[in-house]
Amino acid sequence: MNIKELYQEIILEHGKNPRNLRKTENFNKDAVGKNPLCGDNVHVFLKLDENKKVEDISFEGSGCAISMASASIMTDLIKGKEEAEVKEIVNDFLGMIKENPELKSKNLEEDEKTKLMCLSGVKQYPMRVKCATLSWHTLISAIDNTQEEINTEQLG
Amino acid sequence: MSISDIKKEFPIFNNKIHNNDLVYLDSANSSQKPQSVINRVNEFYTNEFSNTGRSVHYLAVAATNLYENTRSSVQKYINAKDKNEIVFTKGATEAINLVANTFGQKYLEQGDEILITELEHHSNYVPWHFLRQSKGIKIEFAEINEDSEITLESIEKKINSKTKLIAITHLSNVTGAVLPVKEITELAHSKGIAVLVDGCQGAPHLRLDMQDIDCDFYAISCHKMYGPTGLGVLYAKKKWLEQLPPYQGGGGMINDVKKDSITYGDLPNKYEAGTMATAQVIAFDQSIKFLEKIGIESMIKHEQELIEYGQEILKRNNSVKLIGNPKNRAAVLSFTIEGVHPHDIATILDEDGVAIRAGHHCCQILHDKLGISASARASLGVYNTKEDLDQLNSSINNCKKIFNL
Repeated sequence: MNIKELYQEIILEHGKNPRNLRKTENFNKDAVGKNPLCGDNVHVFLKLDENKKVEDISFEGSGCAISMASASIMTDLIKGKEEAEVKEIVNDFLGMIKENPELKSKNLEEDEKTKLMCLSGVKQYPMRVKCATLSWHTLISAIDNTQEEINTEQLG
Repeated sequence: MSISDIKKEFPIFNNKIHNNDLVYLDSANSSQKPQSVINRVNEFYTNEFSNTGRSVHYLAVAATNLYENTRSSVQKYINAKDKNEIVFTKGATEAINLVANTFGQKYLEQGDEILITELEHHSNYVPWHFLRQSKGIKIEFAEINEDSEITLESIEKKINSKTKLIAITHLSNVTGAVLPVKEITELAHSKGIAVLVDGCQGAPHLRLDMQDIDCDFYAISCHKMYGPTGLGVLYAKKKWLEQLPPYQGGGGMINDVKKDSITYGDLPNKYEAGTMATAQVIAFDQSIKFLEKIGIESMIKHEQELIEYGQEILKRNNSVKLIGNPKNRAAVLSFTIEGVHPHDIATILDEDGVAIRAGHHCCQILHDKLGISASARASLGVYNTKEDLDQLNSSINNCKKIFNL
């Protein structure tokens, strides 16, 4: 595994210029995620319309290139999707990072899958998996209104 | 032993990391172990094992003697006045918790103050926080100056009639700043205040002379000192160990046990309840022998040359920003690279076999003060060389290249 497979151009670009790094006006769901070991933190804001479709999503926070790029790509990708689809995509992504060789979701276009697979390099770096998954866990927490802060040390 | 031979004493350097030679720059986290220390653990379990202090058979007597030998070696190494001023603990963390518990229990009351610094590791803050919660004491922080140093003046500024204890690091694990602990102790004692020194980083790199520093307590982490994990030392002046209550209750620390009364054992047993980390204590004697074989003066000279060389090359490397600029710096160089998060730096350096640490290094107060969430840290051991620092620098350059800097 070459380090450049982890730090692909698309990741570096999203890490440097994260999309949707702001706070959604009139958001109706949000959640905070933290990685206490490295100090990464993310706050995800969601605005769902009456049909439970993601009208807008944004995030605030700071972290490494992997965590910023992951949050950026995630927010880009789920905008416009329905809540149920979002949950399915998140599970698919987390499954891919954990063990599955590829993404299976029917709610993702091929080009969207290609973009997400750029993050698959972290599989080879167990200490960095949490960086890639923090914003995704936080998104689920926002949707489910758990009101609990996501803490990477308490995730299985 | 010549400095160039030191690396050969550490078998870990025979291994390749991602097909590269290991450049170990994480000794402030934990040091590597010389073969003599590793062998001693093995030898003790293989041929000499027994519990100490409890039985009269041959092995028990021999093990007790070996265990007490290390206590004498530590006493000599740190120039303590009395062998019984050396208490073994499970680590420096436990050593500080021991003082917080016993000193706190007996001498601290609501409104009393403990003075620490913004440089402190969480292990020299959280135990005092427990007392803040349980007894309502106050914790004051001496502030760093623009070079991230703690001076005598910054300590003096925060002392008042309520200050009962000053707890300070000997050497910052983030900035490498060496604190004037002797002067601080002198000042504190002139006002009747006790002093605890967190020697986790000081002990492996500086000359230790308890009678010269004159502090009341000094905490040592053995695994950062080329010794085994699970072991620490609390040096405490005899008067304190005699006056303070015991820390943990159990076997070995008692004198007489009746249904309605218990009396405690003499020093040092009073503070060593239960079966101790016997093999680690016995092997730690080899760590001290290893350091003595190199010679403290040679070690200090070697590490000082390295730290100056490291500062020089990192200062020349644009986009690298060193954290702190202490006049008296040892063993630790923390830095940031504009545009690259410390965790990305650490992952990229690791690919070249360069082991550093990234994060807040258990010093969130300091990182908050500096306005950063994390930093990258290269820390030295006696086995490091200028070539290691050259590799660090070239891997940093590779990292900049990957990030198009």
